[in-house]
Amino acid sequence: MKRPTRPASGPSPHPVLRSLTRALPLTPATVLLLLFLAGPIAYCAYIAFTDLQLTGQAEDSFIGFENFRTAFGDEAFLNAVWLTLVFTVISALIGQNTLGLALAALMQRASKPVRTLVGGIVVTAWVLPEVVAGFLLYAFFRREGTLNAVLDWLHLPTQNWLYTLPILAVSFANVWRGTAFSMLVYSAALNEIPKEITEAAEVDGAGGWRRLWHITLPMIRRSIGTNLMLITLQTLSVFGLIWVMTRGGPSGKSQTLPLFMYEEAFQKSMIGYGTAVALLLLVVGSLFSVIYLRLLRTEV
Amino acid sequence: MRPTAPHPRRSPLRLLLTAALAITAPGALTACGTGSGSDPDTVEVSYKQSTDNQIRVLDTFLADVKKQFEKANPGKKVKLVPIKAPDSEYYTKVQQMLRSPKTAPDLVYEDTFLINSDITSGYLKPLDDYLAGWKDWDQFIDTAKTAAKAEDGKTYGIPDGTDTRGLWFDKGIFEKAGLPADWQPKTWADILTAARTIKDKVPDVIPLNVYTGKPAGEAATMQGFEMLLYGTEDATAAGASDPLYDEKSKKWKAGTKGFKDALTFVETVYKEELGPEVSDALDPNISTRVRGELLPEGKLGINLDGSWLPQDWLPGSGHEWPDWSEKLGLAHMPTQNGQSPGKVSMSGGWTWAIPDKAANPDLAFKFIETMQTKANAQKWYIANSGIAVRKDVAEDPVYAEAQPGIKFFTDLVSSTHYRPAYPAYPKVSTAIQEAMESVTTGDASVSEAAENYDEELKAATDNQVIEE
Repeated sequence: MKRPTRPASGPSPHPVLRSLTRALPLTPATVLLLLFLAGPIAYCAYIAFTDLQLTGQAEDSFIGFENFRTAFGDEAFLNAVWLTLVFTVISALIGQNTLGLALAALMQRASKPVRTLVGGIVVTAWVLPEVVAGFLLYAFFRREGTLNAVLDWLHLPTQNWLYTLPILAVSFANVWRGTAFSMLVYSAALNEIPKEITEAAEVDGAGGWRRLWHITLPMIRRSIGTNLMLITLQTLSVFGLIWVMTRGGPSGKSQTLPLFMYEEAFQKSMIGYGTAVALLLLVVGSLFSVIYLRLLRTEV
Repeated sequence: MRPTAPHPRRSPLRLLLTAALAITAPGALTACGTGSGSDPDTVEVSYKQSTDNQIRVLDTFLADVKKQFEKANPGKKVKLVPIKAPDSEYYTKVQQMLRSPKTAPDLVYEDTFLINSDITSGYLKPLDDYLAGWKDWDQFIDTAKTAAKAEDGKTYGIPDGTDTRGLWFDKGIFEKAGLPADWQPKTWADILTAARTIKDKVPDVIPLNVYTGKPAGEAATMQGFEMLLYGTEDATAAGASDPLYDEKSKKWKAGTKGFKDALTFVETVYKEELGPEVSDALDPNISTRVRGELLPEGKLGINLDGSWLPQDWLPGSGHEWPDWSEKLGLAHMPTQNGQSPGKVSMSGGWTWAIPDKAANPDLAFKFIETMQTKANAQKWYIANSGIAVRKDVAEDPVYAEAQPGIKFFTDLVSSTHYRPAYPAYPKVSTAIQEAMESVTTGDASVSEAAENYDEELKAATDNQVIEE
């Protein structure tokens, strides 16, 4: 089938030529993206369907969906999926998100010195490298750690938190570290709300909670969606923090998907299987994203 | 037929993208690292650099050998390529380098833990032709020669020392508990009795440490479980081969009594609270704490551990403990019921190997020869608290007297075992740690844990398992 061609002469140049000219400035960026992003991702997607090992194997072969079948039959994998969901819901959706919003709201009303001080402290936790934060919180939760010292001083029972409640301990650590991001997002969003609207509501006799529910939240709905999406994706891939604090233990009780993946790929050297798990993690991430995008779309 | 919707405007862009992908994707996969080996006069040496900045033992040693080598071979150069990483990340990095001729060094430092895996992958070159013409090889003790021997019978690495394991005990705690200062248990029961006595008489210390569980990693398998397993009746009976692996059928052993006996010992230690609190035992930093805190502060009675501990207490290490040899006693690990040969030790260590894709293998072997002269080998063993694998060094009084404890651990070499470090070993080791962990926490009974191990073993070894 031949497409009808336009006459070469005319007001505009040939469409193919025009597209090429338009695409030209984008070429370096596109090539770089493909080189460093699409290339490795495509390669990973391919590896997930092989039995490639880092070592201990003369030749690898294509095995289709075998890795995925193994994953879904593997209790440790299902445990990791469950813990990843628990970790994400507790630390990102509930912890970072609500605490960030609360801090942002409180800081709206606070005096400038208080605002600077609180903001400074929270942001410090955020800019610390993940591993450093991990060590700090390890020192906080361990048996001889700060938390137990405080509890002991209050004559409350102490315990090794990293052993008895590992997933809660690492979730708390992630809240501690990541709240600043949500706080910054919400501070910006709250500043955007026109003062007149809040004042008008106040004049009409709306209390704090009603103003929050009927005015503030609907007005920052888009920021909530964006924030949830970003912190979820960030939290799904948290590795260093958990690795430093518990290494996924004891008995896999804090082994989220990234740690499970690391163990399979690099400690048991099953690169193919580990990559398949990475792809599944990607799926979990996109599921969350789809949910948020749908939430964003509904108009109030 | 569905009409195809033409996209005249987008198609050139899409074409461009596709073409770019086709051109660049393969490039992205291979274009990493710098090319090596282009210079036939330079030998590139990759090795593990300690993550602790204060510890530069290997760097100093290699810099010295480099100087000697360059002086003795005019026109030749040595390029040292340190990789600064903890063990497991070092392996990963090296394996990635070995995959491509562009990144493979000429000489690489390999842990015996993984060398067979790397041999199977075809990453390393057999050294037999070189060894045939190297006089010093005769000085290496036989067990050490097998450390890097593959299933094909060829040798792929030159060991630069080894390690052994035994019982360290605190003389002060022993005195308070009324136990002898020259303690030497004859059976496992003797160890447990001593631990119970300590628990009774000196209640504020940990009586006995046996590494356990996944957080401790290979330390749990090797310092803990295998030190027990290789002393069980199963392992020491006449004609018994390795308790984990059957050489004849080339299969892994499942369901052995020895395995359960060793697990029972671990269970007893933690059930009777003779060991560290379970949550401490399963802390990933337990081995650092034992060396840096529990032993020096006199909080641990008996510790089943490796010969390298004094390395951490040397001057300049950051936690000097010069009089450790007066505070700590050494005893060899007995067999289960005192049966012959009476003592057990496990050995590992590191070897120098030449990658299959090395550009200058001949020069690399020459560098090994320089590194492994008697004088250099001796210097190295002393510097890193290593145990000699060369007979001439082991007999040299300068070496034997360099540090307290060296003689004790060198004598264990005659009764030591190497792990069946075949490709499946790292996975088998993880399965052992999981079994230990479940009896340590009390989540599973010994027989349940052993059954789980058998299942894991089948998965890890592709069903290459024999039931006993």
